Amino acid sequence: MTEQPGWLPQAHVPVLRLDDVLLVAIQGDLRDENAERLQYDVLQHIADSPATGVVIDISSVEVVDSFLGRVLAEIAAGAELLAARTVVAGMRPTVAITLVELGLTLTGLRTALDVQSALRMLREHPAPAAREHGERGAYDYDRS
Amino acid sequence: MTTTGPDTHRGSPTCLPIRSDMDLMWIRQEVRRLATEVQFSLVQQTKLVTAASELARNTLVHGGGGHMEATVLHDGVHTAVRLVFADCGPGIADVDQAMSDGYTSGGGLGLGLGGARRLVHEFRLESQPGRGTTITVLMWHGGVPPTRQAL
Ligand SMILES: Nc1ncnc2c1ncn2[C@@H]1O[C@H](COP(=O)(O)OP(=O)(O)OP(=O)(O)O)[C@@H](O)[C@H]1O
Ligand SMILES: [Mg+2]
Repeated sequence: MTEQPGWLPQAHVPVLRLDDVLLVAIQGDLRDENAERLQYDVLQHIADSPATGVVIDISSVEVVDSFLGRVLAEIAAGAELLAARTVVAGMRPTVAITLVELGLTLTGLRTALDVQSALRMLREHPAPAAREHGERGAYDYDRS
Repeated sequence: MTTTGPDTHRGSPTCLPIRSDMDLMWIRQEVRRLATEVQFSLVQQTKLVTAASELARNTLVHGGGGHMEATVLHDGVHTAVRLVFADCGPGIADVDQAMSDGYTSGGGLGLGLGGARRLVHEFRLESQPGRGTTITVLMWHGGVPPTRQAL
């Protein structure tokens, strides 16, 4: 994986696997279409071979607007439904300042300062056992 | 359209189309280039590019496409970047409602307009229902000079 300036277009974002964690490094400016494709790719990867965690490294991303912010939040929400935890790692301080002013505080999105701490977070707080793959919630039976 | 004083010099404006999500990338790149050229701080650069991305996406999604015109303004002491986003779409009937955080007519979060206004120093919205929308924003190098209102 080679570094590229954060403003250069990035056509396709690869999804890597480290044991049971998926690692996604966004390395450049994404067009909307490719951001949506990333969302699909990550969820498909989780479904294909159960991952319990996803780390999205945005340390090279110079701009997060409300569109990309929403895509990140939706990846996390979708992964949660597939019983995987998502951590967004490496947000630049300039991006954080801008998101707050924009009004997009992304509460509910787990963050870490870098990929290493994100991986540590996932090890220490794995996805809850009650939502393991294949298991059904008790709620379905309670209602009858 | 603007009421810039007689002492204000303008660089030649660049005009970019807004017709696809690819164009949104070129817009971000061009605004970033200009902001770097006039030596905005990293925070200012990021704020301006983010505001431009929000407004250009509105031009594309709600306005049915249009263009952005970017100009560097100098008055001898102060420098600013001015961005104009224009479309000939449906326009905005209730501007106050559109500007308020959380209002969206589509599936958005409704943060684009209000957020963009907070990210820049000057913001003006002109819209006629049925005829289109023009939004002009301005970012000064370092902050708003006390004596100026160049928009
Ligand atoms: N150029 C435009 N032409 C017509 N209507 C517009 C235009 N820009 C904004 N609007 C209207 O103003 C509303 C608020 O815009 P805003 O950018 O704040 O939110 P959004 O685009 O709906 O969602 P978000 O930007 O958070 O994804 C829009 O839903 C739309 O109805
Ligand atoms: Mg918008």
